Amino acid sequence: MALFILRRLIQSLFVLIAVSVVVFFAVYAVGDPIELLVSPEASMADRQAMIARLGLDLPVWQQYMSFLWRALHGDLGNSFVHGIPAISLIVQRIPATFELVVVAIFLTCAIGIPLGLVAGLYRDEPLGRGIMATSILGFSLPGFWQGMMLILLFAVWLGLLPASGRGETVNVLGVPLSFFTADGWSHMILPAINLALANIALVLRLTASGVVEARSQDYVKFARAKGVKPGRIVRRHILRNILIPVVTVVGMEFGSLIAYSTITESVFAWPGMGKLLIDSVYQLDRPVVVAYVMLVTLIFVLINLVVDVLYAVLDPRVQLLAPAN
Amino acid sequence: MTPTDPEPTGTIGPLTDTPRRVAILKKLRRRPTVRGSVIALLILIVVVMVAPYFAPQNPYDLANLNLLDGRLAPRSPMMDGGTYWLGTDDQGRDMLSAILYGLRISVMVGLTTVALATTIGSLVGLVAAYVGGFVDAMLMRLVDFILGFPTILVALVLLSMLGRGIDKVILALVIVQWAHYARIMRSRALQERHKEYVEAAANLGFPAWRIMLFHLLPNCLGPVMVFATIQIAAAIVLEATLSFLGVGVPVTEPSLGLLIANGFQYLLSGDYWISMFPGLALLLLILTINILGDRLRESLDPRHA
Repeated sequence: MALFILRRLIQSLFVLIAVSVVVFFAVYAVGDPIELLVSPEASMADRQAMIARLGLDLPVWQQYMSFLWRALHGDLGNSFVHGIPAISLIVQRIPATFELVVVAIFLTCAIGIPLGLVAGLYRDEPLGRGIMATSILGFSLPGFWQGMMLILLFAVWLGLLPASGRGETVNVLGVPLSFFTADGWSHMILPAINLALANIALVLRLTASGVVEARSQDYVKFARAKGVKPGRIVRRHILRNILIPVVTVVGMEFGSLIAYSTITESVFAWPGMGKLLIDSVYQLDRPVVVAYVMLVTLIFVLINLVVDVLYAVLDPRVQLLAPAN
Repeated sequence: MTPTDPEPTGTIGPLTDTPRRVAILKKLRRRPTVRGSVIALLILIVVVMVAPYFAPQNPYDLANLNLLDGRLAPRSPMMDGGTYWLGTDDQGRDMLSAILYGLRISVMVGLTTVALATTIGSLVGLVAAYVGGFVDAMLMRLVDFILGFPTILVALVLLSMLGRGIDKVILALVIVQWAHYARIMRSRALQERHKEYVEAAANLGFPAWRIMLFHLLPNCLGPVMVFATIQIAAAIVLEATLSFLGVGVPVTEPSLGLLIANGFQYLLSGDYWISMFPGLALLLLILTINILGDRLRESLDPRHA
């Protein structure tokens, strides 16, 4: 186990280094980095000071090492627009995004798994077919357009929910959260549905195909032959076995939801890190883009690590170390 | 059978005659959803091809536009007696014409991206499987690396560095998509790699490229093609999303994503048609492709046969 985690940690480190190399060459080495790193209004003296500070007169590998050294110390440059370190700008926005993603994950499980179960159990009946057909619509809807249609329906036509923004927040241990106010929830529900919809369809289909496969297994046939009640077969024999792949996928989706929240946050003007990324791309605020990529890579690497380890813990059949071949 | 045995043990007819293939096609044709989406897709393709000839207006010829016609509701009369069936946007552009032109870009980007990504990915997968060893390991680590991140994020960051443009969008989409094909092709080619016909070709002294392209490739294409069908839809959605976010195609091009983005600012004042109709067109296109891909996958899956 320890060896497995160690090996995965080393792999993760390689991924981080690879991303840092790509980002470094994309931003620093292609073209004139000073154009990207100093705002256009800076004076000549400022530019010279920046070139000296960043060591742009040094060989490329030395520049990369100093980029890496500064990145390791949390220094990825200051935002041109906000004038504060890019990293702290993003960290401020993390709670808003995480909040949205957590609610979306909850919706995904609460709606996707039960519907998938029904679709799998009644696969050849109109109910099951109907659910499966609707799920194709679910992942075909372009996320940004679907969000706008939610705004049109619930905010413009029905006037039930606010169209954008985050609403009232309460500080919990210094972190502003919307979970504890009615206003916060009313702002959160539409973006959360928007973010969750495609995922609901994904988890639904995964659950359904798992159920179909599990139903034909010998242990289920045997349980039925033994006279076990249908409800108990579903709960104890089918659901338990299909939950492992579903949990794994939901875990990995946590990462991609952070990425897809850039779209949701743009549509609903939700002040999270995704909105910050899009704004920074518009305003050519490169340090923030770089910091976002590095931070999200770190989050991704950690999520993948946790999911892999959890998977191995949950399913005793998974071999931690592939036999040498 | 020894290698010197001249007698063929049986004749193998052309692929189109295999009973399995016939059965699959028959089964596919019977599904009403398949018929429906094939018809819808054909209509869309025809509409896309002939759009310039029957669109009421060329939405990108500025001389054609009249700002006074801006933000008219659907079915408003035109100055010259026609009708804006789907309304107009803020610049007085007929939405129906804009959508027809927008679909062209979507289909073009989708097909080009998938064609390039399939070619590159398949070749990489073939080489990885055939050569094996260090080359395989390196190529697959690269694939794992790219697939480790969500496509939207990679494409977004790439385009934020590359800038706007249809060619740049296609480049970014190919970079995020080829890895899927490489992975699928490799796993398929690994199954075929040690079959007798490959060994036979190698024993005849054929060069590696010939074995890969003419012997391995045709036998590995099935799963790649099914996946490619669905990826056309994925590429179209990605292009629209990136254009919506403002990093995709430039504003001078009639992309569906840009049309939808354009209407966003008028959505809250109730001018729904500017965003809604291009979105519906996009949805119809994606839905028909996805239904077809889904049914294709289902009928090729031996568990459903």
